Amino acid sequence: MLIKLTGGKIYDPANNVSGEIRDIYVEDGKIVAAKPNARPDATYDVKGRIVMAGAIDPHTHIGGGKMTIARMLLPEDHRGDPVTRTELTRAGSGRSVPSTHVTGYRYAEMGYTACFEPAMLAANARQAHMEMGDTPMVDKGAFVMLGSDDYFLRQLAAKKDFNSIKDYVAWTMHAAQAIAVKVVNPGGISAFKFNQRKLDLDEEHVYYHVTPRQIILTLARAIQELGVTHPLHIHGCNLGVPGNIETTLATIRAAEGLRVHMTHTQFLSYGTEGDRKFSSGAARLTELANKTPNVSIDVGQVLFGQTCTASGDSMRQYAISKSAHPKKPVIMDIECDAGCGVVPIRYRDKSFVNAMQWVIGLETFLLFDDPWRIFLTTDHPNGAPFFFYPHLIRLLMDKSFRDDMLQKINPDAQAQSELLKSLTREYTLDEIAIMTRAGPARSLGLKDRGHLGAGASGDITVYRDNPDREAMFATPELVFKNGEVVVKNGKVVKVVQGATHVARPDYDKSIEKPLNDYFDRYLTVRMENFKLADEEIIGGDNGAIIVQPTAARAT
Amino acid sequence: MPSISPRQPKGKRVSSGVFENVVNPFCGTLCDDLVVERTEAGLKVVKNGCSQSVAGFERKLPPANPSVGGKDVALSKAIEEAARLIGKAKLPLFGGLATDVEGMRAVMALAERASGVVDHALSEAQYRNLKILQTTGWTTTTLAETRNRADLIIIAGSDIHRLHPRFFERIVAPPASMFDVTAPKRTIVFIGKGLDRSGAKGAHIGEVVTLACNDDAAGHIVALLRARLRGFRVTPPKRGGVTLADIDALAERCRKAKYGVVVWAPPALDFAHAELAVEQFTGLVKDLNQTTRFAGLALGGAEGAVTAATVCTWISGYPLRVSYASGAPDYDPYRWTIGRMLKDGEGDVLLWIASISPSLVPPPAKVPTIVLGTPGLALTAPASVFIPVGTPGVDHAGRLIRVDNVVSLPLKDLGRAELPSAAEILSAIEAAL
Ligand SMILES: [Zn+2]
Repeated sequence: MLIKLTGGKIYDPANNVSGEIRDIYVEDGKIVAAKPNARPDATYDVKGRIVMAGAIDPHTHIGGGKMTIARMLLPEDHRGDPVTRTELTRAGSGRSVPSTHVTGYRYAEMGYTACFEPAMLAANARQAHMEMGDTPMVDKGAFVMLGSDDYFLRQLAAKKDFNSIKDYVAWTMHAAQAIAVKVVNPGGISAFKFNQRKLDLDEEHVYYHVTPRQIILTLARAIQELGVTHPLHIHGCNLGVPGNIETTLATIRAAEGLRVHMTHTQFLSYGTEGDRKFSSGAARLTELANKTPNVSIDVGQVLFGQTCTASGDSMRQYAISKSAHPKKPVIMDIECDAGCGVVPIRYRDKSFVNAMQWVIGLETFLLFDDPWRIFLTTDHPNGAPFFFYPHLIRLLMDKSFRDDMLQKINPDAQAQSELLKSLTREYTLDEIAIMTRAGPARSLGLKDRGHLGAGASGDITVYRDNPDREAMFATPELVFKNGEVVVKNGKVVKVVQGATHVARPDYDKSIEKPLNDYFDRYLTVRMENFKLADEEIIGGDNGAIIVQPTAARAT
Repeated sequence: MPSISPRQPKGKRVSSGVFENVVNPFCGTLCDDLVVERTEAGLKVVKNGCSQSVAGFERKLPPANPSVGGKDVALSKAIEEAARLIGKAKLPLFGGLATDVEGMRAVMALAERASGVVDHALSEAQYRNLKILQTTGWTTTTLAETRNRADLIIIAGSDIHRLHPRFFERIVAPPASMFDVTAPKRTIVFIGKGLDRSGAKGAHIGEVVTLACNDDAAGHIVALLRARLRGFRVTPPKRGGVTLADIDALAERCRKAKYGVVVWAPPALDFAHAELAVEQFTGLVKDLNQTTRFAGLALGGAEGAVTAATVCTWISGYPLRVSYASGAPDYDPYRWTIGRMLKDGEGDVLLWIASISPSLVPPPAKVPTIVLGTPGLALTAPASVFIPVGTPGVDHAGRLIRVDNVVSLPLKDLGRAELPSAAEILSAIEAAL
C-alpha cells in the first residue's frame, strides 16, 4: 500500500525542512523516499496545507490509578461533556479528566499521535497500562516513578554498590514496562509518610538520612549510564511554594553536567518579590537553563478554568488541599513505593496567584532560547486540560492576542507583568513543530516518530493554514496514523490502537534474588506478580510493544 | 475476542501440576502467595489458604450446560437467545458484574451498544464509600503501607477477620516490617463488640484495646473521639460499655501515633446511612493529619466489586450506576441502582454476571433474566438463559484490581474446567446483536 500527499508545505525540523513544498510517500505505514514513478494506491492533495509529523505529548497524565481516582471523584467534571457512542467510536465523557477512549479520540482530533504518561507508579503499572490500552488512536508510553520507594532509599542509605542500584532501576523499568524514569519530590513522598511536611534539596530524610540532592544525582547518573535516552524526568522539591525558584536553580546546578529534564517548571519558578510576596522566577530559570545544555524543560502552562491536579507528590498535594475546588482532595500513601494526591482546582484569571502562574508559564516559553530543549505541556490536567493546547499555541505565536488576554487578568498580576509585556517573540511554525514533535521524539528516543524522513512511521498531521493559529491547531484537516487516515476535519474516521513504547536497558538478572527476598519479607505482592508481562499488553490489551533502543551500559 | 495469557489453550491442559504465586480471586484483598495443586481430583490449596480460598478453589463444580427456558441447548443457541432478548429490550440491565477486567471491558462495550444500565451486585456497600469520596475527598493508604508502617490500627465497626481471614496475619501481625513497627509499638483498637479479635495476636502486637459499642455505633464513637480531640465537652456516650474515659484514652493514643490507620469494610456497615459513619472515619483521619500521619483503609471489595467500579470509571467516567439509554453515559447513583430498578419494575431484561462465587444470585426479577454464572450458582428461579462461565483465576486467566485501588494482579488459568470466560460470552452476544 503506497500513499502520496502532494503539494503540502512541510515543516520537518528534524530533517531541516522548513516550509518547503514537497510530496510525501508512505508505504506500508512507513514514510519512504520519493517515488516519482510509482503509482500510489491513494493520493491526498494537500496543496497549501501545512504538514507536520503527528504531535507528541511527552508529559500528560492519561493513565493510571490517580486519573481514575480523579474520574471517580468528579462526576461533575463529566456531566457537562457527555460523549455519545457512534458506529465508530465509544461513548464516554470529556472535560478535564476524560474517560480513556475519549482521551484518545480527542488527542487524535487535535493532531496528536503519541502521548506519554509521566507518573506511573511501579505498584500501579498494570492498571496504568490497562487504561492506556483503552486509550485508542495514539501511541503510548510511561515513565516509572522512583526515588521515594523504600527499596531504592534503603540501598542509597546503605551506600550499596552503585551497580546494584543501576540494576534495580533497569529492573523496575522492565517490570513496569516503562520508557523512562521520573522522580517526584525526591524522597519527599516517603518523607511525608514519616510526617515530614517539606524536604529541601539538602534536607535529610528523617528515616533514611539521604537528601533529595543525593537521590537526584544517583538516579540521573544511573539513567545516563544505563543508556536510557530520556534523561531523568525531575519534578523537583517544593512544588508550588513561593520562593521555590531558588530550589529549582539549585537542582539544575546539582545535576553537575548530567542530563536532566525539569518538568512543569512553571510550578517550580516562583519568587517572593512584590507586595504579595509572589513573583515570577521565569527570567532566572531561563537565564540558567539557556546556558545549561544538559537541561531540558517542559512548562506545565496554567490556563484558566476548572481542572483537577493529579500528582505523585502527596506531600505538596496535601499542602495545597486547602485550595481545592471543589473542596474534596484525595491523598494516598502507596505500597512503600509512592503516593498520590488528587486535588480539583479552578484557575481564575481574576486571582492574583493564578494570573501570575499564567504569566510565569508564558514568560518561560518566550525567554527560553532553544526549542529543542523545551516542550509544550500544560501537564494535563494539572495546569489545564490538554484540549487547551491550540489556545496555548496561539498565545505563543500571536503577540497581539497575548496582549489582549493579558488585559483580562488580575490587575496586580498585570502590574507585575512588565517583562511579559515587553517580550515581542512570536513562535514560528518551525519552533512549534520542534516543541510538539521533533523535540519530544528526540528526547524520548523515539527514532521513528516526530519527523517525516524516510523510515519514520506514517504519523502525519495536515493543517489548513489559518492566521488564527488556535483554530488551525484545534482542527487538523487530516491526521494519518501509520499511513492511514484516522481523522478528517477534526473528527475521528477510523479507530486504531497505538503501540506502547518501552526502553529496556541491560541489567544483571541476579538482582532478582535479593529483590524476591525483599518482596516476600515486606510486600503484599509477589515479585513474579509485580512484573508486567508483555503478553498482558499484547494479548490482554490488544496492543503492541515497541522497544526503543538504549545505548550500551556504561560504568 | 479478548484473550489473555492463554498459557494452556483449551483442550491441551495438563492434568496435574503445582501453581505458585496464585491470586485468590474470592476476596477483595487478593492474596497472591497461594500454592495450588491440581490433580485429577481437582484443585487443592496447599499453602497460604484461608477458609474462603479453600472453599473457592476446592469447590467441585456440578455439571452445567447452557440452557434456554430451563432446557439444555448448544452454547450458540443460548448466545443467540441472549442477543435476541437484549436486542429487543428498551432498557437492558447489566448487573452482578462479578468478573475480571476483561469481563468488565466486554460488559461496558455491550451495555453501550445495547443502551443499558450497569451496576454491580455489591454497589450498595461501595457507595457507602463513594458518597463520601465524592463529597469530601479522603486520605487513604494501601495494604503494604499499613503492614510496614502503622503503629496504631483502629478497626472501626467491621468484622475484618471474618471478611478477610488473612488480613491480620499478613497486614496487622506480619513476621517482619520495614520500619520495625513491632510490639510494643503496634496497638490495635477494635471499635465494636461483635468483632472477631482472635487475629490480633503475635509477637509484634502490643496492646489490644476494645471499645465495646454496638458495631453500628462505631461512627458515633468516632464522632465523639473527634470532638474530644478538638477539646470539646461532650455528653458521655450511651453506647454499650464505652465510657468517656475510654474515648479520651483513645484520643491520647491517636495523638501519640506516628502512623495511624483506620480500617473499615463498607459491606460490614450494613445499616441506613452508613456513609455517615464512613464520613466520621475519614474525618478522623483528616483531623489527625494536621499534626501527625493517619490514613484510612477501606476493605471489602469481594466479587470483583473494585474491578467493576474502576473499569467502569475509566471507560465511562463514572463508578457504576451508569445508564447508556441516551447513547452517552448518564450517571445517577440513586436512579440507576439495579436492585431498586428491579423492585420498581424498571428495565426490561436483566443480564447477570456471577463468575466468582456461587452465592451471588440475582435479585428476584419479573423481567427475563440472562445469567452468566459459575456452575452451581444457587439460582432461586430458573433463568431465561443460563450460560456457565469460568471463574477468572481458576478456569481462565485474567486480571483483578485489589481493594486498595492501586494494585492489580494477574490471574492464572489453573485449568479447573473447560468453560468460556464471561468476556468471551459477552463479546459473542455483542457480535450477535
Ligand atoms: Zn505531571
